[in-house]
This record gives sequence, C-alpha cells and structure tokens, in this order.
Amino acid sequence: MGGETTLVVNGTARSIASAPGAMLLDVLRTELGLKAARFGCGEGLCGACRVLVDGQPVPSCDTPLWSVAGRAITTVEGLGTVAAPHPLQSALIAEQAMQCGYCISGIMISAAALLARDHDPSESAIRAALDPNLCRCGAHNRIVRAVQRAAVEMRAGAP
Amino acid sequence: MSATAPPALPAGLRATPRLDRWLGISSEGHVTLSPGKVEIGQGILTVLAQICADELDIAIDRVRLVPAHTALSPNEGVTSGSLSVSDCGMSVRQVAAQARALFLAEAARQFSLDAAALAVEDGVISGPGNLATSYWELADQVSLAREADPAVRAKAVARRSLAGHSVERIDIPGKVFGTRPFIHDLVLPGMLHGRVLRPPRPGASLSALDEGRLADIPGLVSLVRDGSFVGVVCETEEQAEAALSRHAAAAQWSGGFDLPDAHDLAGWLKRQPADASVVDLRGEGAAPPGARSLTRSYVKPYLAHASIAPSCAIATWTGDDLHVLSHSQGVFNLRADLALVFGVPVDRIEVGHAEGAGCYGHNGADDVALDAALLARAVEGRRVRVRWSRADELACAPFGAAMAIEIAADLSANGDILGWRHEIWSNGYVARPGRAETPALLAAFDLAQPFPRYIAQDPGLATGGGAQRNAVPIYDFPRWHIAKNRLLTMPLRTSSMRALGAFGNVFAIESFMDEIAHELGEDALAYRLRHLADERARCVLERAAAMADWGSATIPDGRGRGLAMARYKNSGAYCAVVAEVDVEAEPRATQLWIAVDVGEAINPDGVVNQIEGGAIQATSWTLKEAVGFSRDEVTSGSWESYPILRFSEVPAARVEIVPRPELPPLGAGEAAQGPVAAALANAVHAALGVRVRQMPITRDRIIAAME
Repeated sequence: MGGETTLVVNGTARSIASAPGAMLLDVLRTELGLKAARFGCGEGLCGACRVLVDGQPVPSCDTPLWSVAGRAITTVEGLGTVAAPHPLQSALIAEQAMQCGYCISGIMISAAALLARDHDPSESAIRAALDPNLCRCGAHNRIVRAVQRAAVEMRAGAP
Repeated sequence: MSATAPPALPAGLRATPRLDRWLGISSEGHVTLSPGKVEIGQGILTVLAQICADELDIAIDRVRLVPAHTALSPNEGVTSGSLSVSDCGMSVRQVAAQARALFLAEAARQFSLDAAALAVEDGVISGPGNLATSYWELADQVSLAREADPAVRAKAVARRSLAGHSVERIDIPGKVFGTRPFIHDLVLPGMLHGRVLRPPRPGASLSALDEGRLADIPGLVSLVRDGSFVGVVCETEEQAEAALSRHAAAAQWSGGFDLPDAHDLAGWLKRQPADASVVDLRGEGAAPPGARSLTRSYVKPYLAHASIAPSCAIATWTGDDLHVLSHSQGVFNLRADLALVFGVPVDRIEVGHAEGAGCYGHNGADDVALDAALLARAVEGRRVRVRWSRADELACAPFGAAMAIEIAADLSANGDILGWRHEIWSNGYVARPGRAETPALLAAFDLAQPFPRYIAQDPGLATGGGAQRNAVPIYDFPRWHIAKNRLLTMPLRTSSMRALGAFGNVFAIESFMDEIAHELGEDALAYRLRHLADERARCVLERAAAMADWGSATIPDGRGRGLAMARYKNSGAYCAVVAEVDVEAEPRATQLWIAVDVGEAINPDGVVNQIEGGAIQATSWTLKEAVGFSRDEVTSGSWESYPILRFSEVPAARVEIVPRPELPPLGAGEAAQGPVAAALANAVHAALGVRVRQMPITRDRIIAAME
C-alpha cells in the first residue's frame, strides 16, 4: 500500500497510508500493528506512548505523522527480542521491575535514550530522565535499579 | 485426646467444591489451572502457579492459567480486599494436594504398592525398582470430577520447594518484549470502536443534541442515544474520537448535582443526611473522673484511582446473547449488573477477563463494560471496543470517599489511655456491581428509563468494613466507642479504592497517638508499645524502629522522622513504617523503612513489591493528591490537575518481612497505605513542630497549620 509518508520503523523503511495529520501512536498501533507503545492520556503527559524519533524520546500520542516524515522510529518491538534482548529488557526481568507493566514500554524508551547518551548515569540522572513517565503501581525504585543494572551490563559489553 | 477435626475448606472451595472446576491434568504434559481471581498487576497468577506446581511436584512452566470467565471459572467474587492468596491460593493448594493424592493412589493401585512408597518429580511418579508412570499417562484414568476433601493435607512447610521462594513473575517477559496484550491491544475480526459522551457536571441531563452539527461524520456506523447516554460507533478509533468531539460540541446539558464544598470538606460531610451507626463498643461507662481529654479532627480528601490506562471493554451481541471482555475485578458481579440493565437472565451473558493496567480498586472497568454493551447493541453481531478518555478516567470513575474523622481520648494522670472515641463522616466505600437489586454501573443512571443512582454502602466489619475499616484501634484501651455516619447523598460517586477507610482511619489514629505521646513528652514508639499486647504488632513496630535506628539516628536539619503501624482490617497483615521527610520546600518523603508480617510469604519478592508499591502510592496520596472540584464540575481531569508522585520524588524504601512460614498467608497489597500516611504526618511534625491533620500534606497546608 503506497502512502505519502515514509518512516523508518525499527530499521525498516515503511510507506504509511495514514493521513499526515494522524498521530504517530495511532499509525504505529493501528496501521503497523505495533502495540507496545500505549495510549495513556493523549496529551503527552504520562509517557506510556513514548517512542524514539532519531534516538530522542517523544510522546507519540500527540506527535502528528507529518512532523516525523522520513525519520527513524524505534519502539519496544525494535529494542530487542526474546532471542536478542536489549540489556534493559534483561535487567527489568532480573529486577522484577514492574507490577502491571502498562507504563513499562514508555519507560524502556526513556531509559534507552538515556543509556545511549550516558553510559554511567547517576541515580538522580536516571530519575530525571524517567520523570516524564508516570508509574502508578510504585515500581519506581525497582525500575531505577534495573536501569543501573543495564548500564553496568552495557559498559561490560562495550568494546 | 480427641481426634483433630479436619480444617474448614478455604472460601473459594466452599463455594465451588468440584476439583475439575479448578484443575485439569492433560495427557499432553501440562496442567490447566482455572482460578476465579484475576491479574491486576499484583502477580497473583505467578503465586497461584507456584502453589499449584509445588503441591503437584511439577515444573512451574507446566501450569497453564485460564483467565477468569463466567462460563468456565469458579465464582470467587471480586479480586479485592487482599484476599486472593488466602481464599484462592489456599483453594488451589488444597485442590492440587488432593489431585496429587488421587494420582498417587491410582499409580499405587496399578503397581500394587502403598502410595507412600511412591515419589513424584516433575509429574513422573516412580516407585521401587524401575516402576514409573506419570500424571500425563494416568490423566485419562483419574477423574477430578469429585468434591474437595478437607481431610487431605497439603505438604509440610519444609517440603515446599516453590512456595516461600521468589519465583520470577510469569507475565513480566511478555510485558518487556511487548508481546503480552492488554485488552487495549487486542485485534479482533470486524471490531468497531466506540466512545461515550459524559456530562460535564455529575448528574446532568442531556437537554439537546444539535443535529445540524452532526451531518457527515466520517466513519460513523452508529449513533446511540438513550436518555442522557450518548455514544458513537465508528470504523476506527481515530474516527470515533473525532465523532465524539463533534457530539460534545453539539450537546447541551442541564441540571446536575451541587458538588461538595471544597473549602470546607469536613463541614460539608457533617452537614449531609447520614445513616448513623455504632461500629464497635468496648467497656462500660465513662472514663473515671479526673481524666484529661484530648480531641482532634482529621480529613482525607476524595482520591482518584488514576490508573495509567483508561478503562476499556469489548462487547458483542449475538441475538439476545451478550459477550463481554473486561478488566473488571469481578466478572460474575459485572455479569449480574449487565443482566439487570438489559433485563436478561445471567445465562445469556458471558464475561471474560482480559488484562488491563493496575486498577487499585473499583475504577471505571465495570462502567466501560456497560458502555460497550450499550453501543454494541446497535450493531448486532459486531464487536465494539470502548476506551475511556484520560479525563473520564480521572473524573467519572468512582473515587475513594472523602472522610472527616474526629477522635477523642481520655488520659489518666500517668498518661494511660482510659477511653477512646472515634467518629467518621464519609460516603460508603463499596458501590461495586453485583451486590444489589439495581445496577451500580454509571451509564445505567443516564438511560431514558434510568435506574436509581446507587449510593455506596459499607460492608460490616466481619467482612472487612468500608469507611469503618481499621477504625477499631489495635491498642488495648479499656473502653472505646467507634461510630460512623454514612452519607445518604453522593454527588461525587465513591467506591472501593485500595485500603478503603483504613487509609483515613489509620492516618487519624496513628497521627493522634503521636500527638498524645508528644503532649505527654513520651517517645512515640514506647508510648505505642505501652498500649500494645499483640506480639505480632509489637514485632513489626520494633523491627521497623530498629531498621531506622529509631531514637539514635542522626537526622539532618530540615528533616524529620515519624512512625506508625496497623494491622490491615484488624485481621490481615501487620505493617509498621518509619518515614523520613524533607521539609525544606514542598514536603518530600526521602526514605521509608517498612516491616511487614504477612504470615506465610509465598513469593517474598512479590510481597516486597506489593508493600513497597503500596507505600509509594500512599506517599503520593498523602503528599500530593486530592480530587479537585468546583460547585459544579470535577476540575482534576488531567495529569496536570491531578499530579501523582514522579520518579524524582519517590522515597528510597527498605522492606523487611518477618518470617512466618507456618502461619496462614495474608494479603500484602493494602497493608502499608494507612501506616505510611500517618508516618509521613508524624515526620512532618517531628521536623517542624507543626501538625497537619488534613491530607494532602503540602507546603500550603503546613503554612495554614502554623497560623
């Protein structure tokens, strides 16, 4: 299906049929069937819908498609897989760092962006990076420990 | 010595005694477990799988869990009240133990041996020599179509290999890889999308819908108008959102309730017509003459559940049969209310559970299921998914009720508490579906043939109570008088929110205990222990105090520490908290030290996660949260107007579990909330010498309390 807008989604160029004014979250979830980014508020205030746009965390619920035309979009589906997990995914499992998990996709995105630019973030830097993400279950401290664990693993694995 | 009577069956099994309603053993090498309780992020499915695998001696990944469904599952009521482990978990333990015994008996019969000579390892049953069979080989020869037998005993504690261990949650990998769907993520054939218009003012009626503004709505499949209930059904979610906006602009509303006075919540609560009752009485007569009395008043605001996911449901009508997928905490209860609304027998309705985000009590999950069923009725044969907006989730779902609490104590000359009076003014805390002759679902009140607005009730103390939960002190006072005024008006809809009245009551009791100790110049820990005989209560209190070096720690300037404890529902888990706050700017919790006794901790890491999570949520409630409203609308419909605690505001937390593997398990989800609130208030007092008796405890409230 040929659309007017092209996105590079999780490394693959995709031609998008949705209207340019459609929100990126709807494009990802409805047209592309990528369900990990989630609707929480529709106002960019809770972080559940965050995805990476050229490596920067962005709330996809109020980001129109036209504004990210041609850009590289990364969702949780593109971070890692069961066979080849992102260190954050392994660390979240190791720390059992969630309760309901509805917020966790957006948190992984914020944390992945942080770890890409800071290989050894302080605890307060991690908390600051995750401040746009709301968690209602109270799993914050576990999540912070998981990000610290992932950072250690990434430094150990770095060349 | 007389023979010991067999213990009573757990609640779940008393209601549904047939083993095969709970458990199936397949010749394919797996076990199907069908609990009536549901996953709401608390990890219950993992705990149930642990218990089941442990009793059967199988690997945990052989257990397949069937989501609760009215056509399949035992009816275990609502997943609430921190009862899932004690009711459902203990039922599963009993069922699995009996199934193991039945399979061993069959193997023993085939081998002509005593069952005691057999061992089980991951489902393989072996005996002396090379004798071997398995659950899977015997699956077709052993029937579980029989009733639970309370005489069958589960494994001794020492022989458990999974229960008591921090087994990893079975649902977490699917959540980190984005492969485990929430109800919002399901893609079902032919599914349409619905949205519902809610009045801006609670109780308002739709007076007009300007048809002229509603022509040519793209993708509109159906407009449903029934009285003041208005909803749209469209091909896509995007179209449904746009159609809803058009309808919102075309709608005119009239009437509605006068909302409470936000500036005098306690006064408003006390002025309402109410059902007055005595909750509990101890001792006779008045305190001896010469006793000194102290009286204090405390206030808890309305709180929102504030789930991160807006409520969602999927419904389909096939002729007169309704099928619903819902993240309700009680699929049978929801079905009962849907049957009342549509006037059909319950056996024409099926409700299945599909996971949503954490709900923290009775949020919009049930209401949105009725919304979906009403919209789906207009497009018979098609599935309709309805998802609420963020604003509706924060403003239209039931709230935790506001409470005014007054406590008085009579003190002897040496500071003993001789008498205690506790009085509550509050709406009820339970307006869940499935409990009454009329439905409790939001849209039911707005139909052209409306059902009466359901006024929230309180269960009796024997079943945990509602507003009066934890109003009876745990201390050994010789006399007390506990009273409650349940409001008969309900302009803001209230229902169960995590801990129910315990949050407000423990905040009040444990703040007041601190105030009395301070008044007498006594240490807050020693003063509590002086009135406390319950050994388990003393144990958590002393443990939390020791964790925080109570009385000897050096506390930086601008900070203070407070302590509080409670036994949830006076029958559940014990929890004591020491909190430290920083009051340099907005009060901020810096650290929590928590000791908890939940009896047998089946998954210790799960207990720590629930206790810490509950404590952090309660920190948010105590320091930041209150539903906002003017006289005619709820004003806290976004995360900007209803802020919750963020990562940089979250306190460090240490949780220690008092090991009690021999004692019955008690739920962990609601034990910490009340103690956290009071510990924070007491910490603020320790830092500043200022007592704040109304939550949330903000800088403004501290300044007001100084004046």
